[in-house]
Amino acid sequence: MTMINAAPRDDFRLSMLIYDTRYRAITIQLFVLALVLAAIWWLGSNLQANLEAKGRPLSFEFLWSRAGYDIGQTFIPYTSDSTHFRAMLVGLLNTLVLALLGCFFATIIGVIVGVLRLSKNWLVALLTSIYVEIFRNIPLLLWILVIFVPLYEMTPAPNAFKVTDEMIASGTEPAASMILGGTVAVTNRGTYIPGFLFDRGFEAGWMTALAIFLVIGGSLAAHLTLTARARRVQEATGVRPTTWWKSLIVLFAPLALLLWSLGFHLDIPQPPTRFNFEGGVVVQNPFVAMLIALSLYTGAFIAEIVRAGIQSVSRGQTEAAFALGLRPNRTMNLVILPQALRVIIPPLISQFLNLTKNTSLGIAASYADLRGTLGGVTLNQTGREVEAMLLMMLIYLSISLIISSLMNVYNRSVQLKER
Amino acid sequence: MKKSVFFGALAATTLVAGMASAATIDDVKARGELLCGSSTGLTGFGAPDASGNWTGFDVDLCRAVAAAVLGDATKVKFVPLTGETRFTALQSGEVDLLARNSTWTMSRDSELALDFVAVNYYDGQGFMVKKDLGVSSAKELDGATVCIQTGTTTELNLADFFKQNNITYQPVNVADDNEAQSQYVAGACDAYTTDASGLAASRATLPDAENHIILPEIISKEPLGPVVRHGDNNWGDIVRWTYYALLIAEEKGITQANVEEVLASTTDEEVKRLLGASGDMGVKIGLDNAAFKNAILAVGNYGEIFARNIGEGTSINLARGLNALWTQGGLQYAPPFR
Repeated sequence: MTMINAAPRDDFRLSMLIYDTRYRAITIQLFVLALVLAAIWWLGSNLQANLEAKGRPLSFEFLWSRAGYDIGQTFIPYTSDSTHFRAMLVGLLNTLVLALLGCFFATIIGVIVGVLRLSKNWLVALLTSIYVEIFRNIPLLLWILVIFVPLYEMTPAPNAFKVTDEMIASGTEPAASMILGGTVAVTNRGTYIPGFLFDRGFEAGWMTALAIFLVIGGSLAAHLTLTARARRVQEATGVRPTTWWKSLIVLFAPLALLLWSLGFHLDIPQPPTRFNFEGGVVVQNPFVAMLIALSLYTGAFIAEIVRAGIQSVSRGQTEAAFALGLRPNRTMNLVILPQALRVIIPPLISQFLNLTKNTSLGIAASYADLRGTLGGVTLNQTGREVEAMLLMMLIYLSISLIISSLMNVYNRSVQLKER
Repeated sequence: MKKSVFFGALAATTLVAGMASAATIDDVKARGELLCGSSTGLTGFGAPDASGNWTGFDVDLCRAVAAAVLGDATKVKFVPLTGETRFTALQSGEVDLLARNSTWTMSRDSELALDFVAVNYYDGQGFMVKKDLGVSSAKELDGATVCIQTGTTTELNLADFFKQNNITYQPVNVADDNEAQSQYVAGACDAYTTDASGLAASRATLPDAENHIILPEIISKEPLGPVVRHGDNNWGDIVRWTYYALLIAEEKGITQANVEEVLASTTDEEVKRLLGASGDMGVKIGLDNAAFKNAILAVGNYGEIFARNIGEGTSINLARGLNALWTQGGLQYAPPFR
């Protein structure tokens, strides 16, 4: 047992760095590290030297100059007088909103389809398999085009909704009409839906939003205390007091009162007098097309992950749960899914990352995402390709790292706790 | 993995940047072929025909340069480039020459490290709308949805025009001309904006061209011309003087058909220099003395190129207008060939 330690320590020779296994690992690692650093230095200095030779040294000054172009969909105030930096933020927000909603819908689609693929019903299992195989095996770019082109080719133009005086006089109907009781218009530019308007709202829009948010939160809290008390009474006496009408009042009366006092009404989009619908909120077709394409495409991958997760839980678990008298849906919720989640979460993270990065195909559907603003127009107008590309890589990398670290935290919370 | 991709991209950038520095004319001669950046398909200016041959106004300029440099107008490879990729492709050495209706602006000349060597078409930005929209002026477009090709000067002019006139619009930034056109035709935008020549070209390809009108406003100056990399002045001279040779040929009445005849009979010293019969103008810029004669033989003079591709009578049907010779009240003017 003492033989290993018995090696003489005092006569260290340089050759031991290569021939002695105790040092060799460290030597190799240091050598590789030095090589990598040298390669980075070489590439970096080469880039710097070449850019300087072309008279265009690396500089991010362009971010603070006037952008000069307009963007179709903006979540923050933006005009052509804003800076390129703000244009980048507009694009980034468009990317994030699309990615978040895409992940949300892809997960819903994936879970439903994944469970249905295991259905004993032959037709349901077949249809879901067809969906998965079709979407998984055709490139996303084609799906985006397949969804985007019909959206603008087959839906009516806003003009088709127009009602002119002559049409009223002659009694002709417009070529297209709004759906859902005349509140929603599906056009080839986007879907116009009613917006919210407050006649007597606060000066600042965010205060109105905050008031509504607080009231809803308060209502929910009141509802929870109500049911908690009912449970206590039930546990003590065995009789559960009726709570449903109290809950209804607590949940909806304060909100209704607040909305009435703020003068809430819907801002229904009005058919165009000139070019576009007036009022309401427009969800633009590029966004819709991207969202549908990304959700369906990634949903197919998630469905397979969910199916694999469920199948990884051994059949014995289900049988044991049934033997204990659990009903099938409780078996699924309490026994199968918690164990399946451990298998599902890690690959799910990479699907979320894929979806986020795939938003950069937005230009195919004229969607102004980060690639479209910073990596498209800004890059082109300023000619700062290297800077814009580096910046974009950095941003996508940060988004991905944030998503994966958040998902890892969640993953840890659902992992098997071994004590 | 992420790291290696990152540095791979950097490496690609550095390598490409390194390549661009050799003299372009040597590269072209060694390759035996001119790489010409062209449009992804703009009828009349640069588009492949049914059998895959590139034809058009800009295409003929590339052919003229190939004829001047290599003596053969067919030795051109056309590289279709979008509005977004064109300048990067030129800077990185992917093409030798960009002839793709690109607007000459100061920042492109300076910041992008490019050189616009001439203006082969004086253009301006316009709007096309459907007739039944009932619009007769661009100033009536308040609130309209407008399709634009992204990565072009049109995008900036459009923003400026609407801002100056205090009216609003909804932009749809589209990746290329064809896509913008199909969205416009489907009615996803009220108006389609690009250079007036491009509008005429687009309109010519529509099945119901008579239902579309081009609005009278020209909202910008768009001098379109061939572009080369900054720093290779000799190559810039070659492209510039090939173009001017075509202009001078029109001015002097030299056509594709009568080159040899003129050469044999002329007494005009400038024509003799142009066609290589006297002096050594070609050799001065590293070409043969017959270089410009070859160019004219290959594609004809400027007027012929214009008439064949985009002039009155073609489907594009553009008048010479600003692009007439200076002797006929236009702006096309070549410096003396001496």
